[in-house]
Amino acid sequence: MTGERAIEVTGLVREFKGGIRAVDGIDLHVAAGEIYGFLGPNGAGKSTTVKVLTTLLPPTSGQARVAGFDVAKEGAKVRASIGVALQDVALDPMLTGREHMRLQAGLQGIPRAERAERGNELLERVGLSDAGDRKSSTYSGGMKRRLDLALALLHGPRILFLDEPTTGLDVQSRTALWDEVARLAREEGTTVFLTTQYLEEADVLADRVGIIDNGKIVAEGTPAALKAQVSRPTVEVIPRDAADWAATSEALRPFGEQVGERQAGSIAVRLRSGAEQLADIVRALDVANVNVAHLALHEPTLDDVFLAKTGRSLEGAAAAEAAPDEGAAPDRAAA
Amino acid sequence: MTALASANLPSQVGLLAGRAITHIVRAPAQVVFPIVFPLVLLAVNTSGLDAATKVPGFPTASYLDFALAVPFMQGALFAALNGGQDLARDIEGGFIDRLALTPMSGAALLAGQLGGALFMGVVGAVIYLLVGLILGVGIAAGVAGALVLLLLAISISFAFACFGMFIALRLGDGQAVQGFFPLFFVLLFLSSAFYPRDLIEQDWFRTIATYNPVSYLVEGIRSLVITGWDAGALLPAFGIAAAATVLFLTLSSRALRTRLTRT
Repeated sequence: MTGERAIEVTGLVREFKGGIRAVDGIDLHVAAGEIYGFLGPNGAGKSTTVKVLTTLLPPTSGQARVAGFDVAKEGAKVRASIGVALQDVALDPMLTGREHMRLQAGLQGIPRAERAERGNELLERVGLSDAGDRKSSTYSGGMKRRLDLALALLHGPRILFLDEPTTGLDVQSRTALWDEVARLAREEGTTVFLTTQYLEEADVLADRVGIIDNGKIVAEGTPAALKAQVSRPTVEVIPRDAADWAATSEALRPFGEQVGERQAGSIAVRLRSGAEQLADIVRALDVANVNVAHLALHEPTLDDVFLAKTGRSLEGAAAAEAAPDEGAAPDRAAA
Repeated sequence: MTALASANLPSQVGLLAGRAITHIVRAPAQVVFPIVFPLVLLAVNTSGLDAATKVPGFPTASYLDFALAVPFMQGALFAALNGGQDLARDIEGGFIDRLALTPMSGAALLAGQLGGALFMGVVGAVIYLLVGLILGVGIAAGVAGALVLLLLAISISFAFACFGMFIALRLGDGQAVQGFFPLFFVLLFLSSAFYPRDLIEQDWFRTIATYNPVSYLVEGIRSLVITGWDAGALLPAFGIAAAATVLFLTLSSRALRTRLTRT
């Protein structure tokens, strides 16, 4: 391992047929034990980056080291150090959960005597002990993701790659997976490289976030720092009596510029400094004799960051983008 | 991090062949149809084409004896088709990426896949031979000849499986694999499978049947049933099966390298 860096990427490029640059010169590093969230819309280059970092695709140019090994030249060593759950949960519908664990353990070279125990231990951890003898074709989406995670963890990897691990999951399964990923990082020191198109996921889970768009990293930092960079909190007030609207607006004027209604009848003001102004705002409203029905402080979101950096909202981008990356990349025979 | 020795090749092959066989056993349609359909066709042909044996020069008085070679070919085709589709599904669904992320060697993937084909080949060949014997077919080359017949049938099955594997790796699409197989049935019908080559009257048909390697595979099996030991029929059959195996295994190995671009 190079110092404390689990992943180091410099000038990484991956081109596909027709000169499409799915990954267009990215630089990033992930410290050991860190959860790194790679956020971007469909087709931004997330999955291609994961495929290059996990040795499934050779880079066109640039350098990437994972666990201290060069992904282009030391593929086998990289693979021995990483666990991977790809975007499409690739399970064998004819095999049971336990048979998946046995096959994976065998191919990973785990000694025969330890295979069953390791498999059972991980199935237990992801809550699939009871379903372990059922064919994976009978599993729900959440169960498939959990089995996928257990398979990725079987050989005790130091670095875990999760490509959109919660896409298509219900809220409960998503939260359970977040808890497990957080636990792996905190308790076991596992480095996690997580791609997602969900702002909330990156915000809740990641120590640091890299925002990728059209194959380039457009912003990187802790979620808090990124949000602070592009925007300030907004305070939103709804007076109990609509007649107090003008007085409310007047009372809020010294604290920042008005940014329009967040909801009907509300007055929203982007604060000049930070959330510490809140106490003064409450006092000002009191002095102005405004009876407040609703008062809320809205922190900027990562979508505001995405908007500021790319000129469009992440949700909008996700819907609008055709996916040259995730769509074309898997055809590796042609690439 | 646990220090792990790479699983050795035989162990990897065993695991992957075990998986292929599990697929066959758990999908009864994969076993029953490929085995039953050729037997049904054998029954139909035997009752419908028995009069052909009256044609002067027909090599045997029983059409069943003559036609028994055909199910071995059809069974091998179905098994290769199923094996190819299985592999194509692994590619389409991304399971091959899961395997590629382990220390699995490419050779183990190919050998494991062929392990499943071998299993199907053995099961099918034994059943066809037993059904033939039960229906009164005599093997002119005797007991040793029956064993050689099994060996030849399994070799043919293996060669076809190598072709199925190559197509799957090259195309990576189950439907495309399926689309390739009618071609094989045409080759079977344009061979000496249903009528002896020297009795085919149409010149073009006889020419195609003469250049069609499938004719020689069928005739190799048939010779053991109706002629006895005939090196002139057996050597080309084994030779073609071996050559096809080498050719398609080499092509498969190349196609796998393209498919598994892991570094």
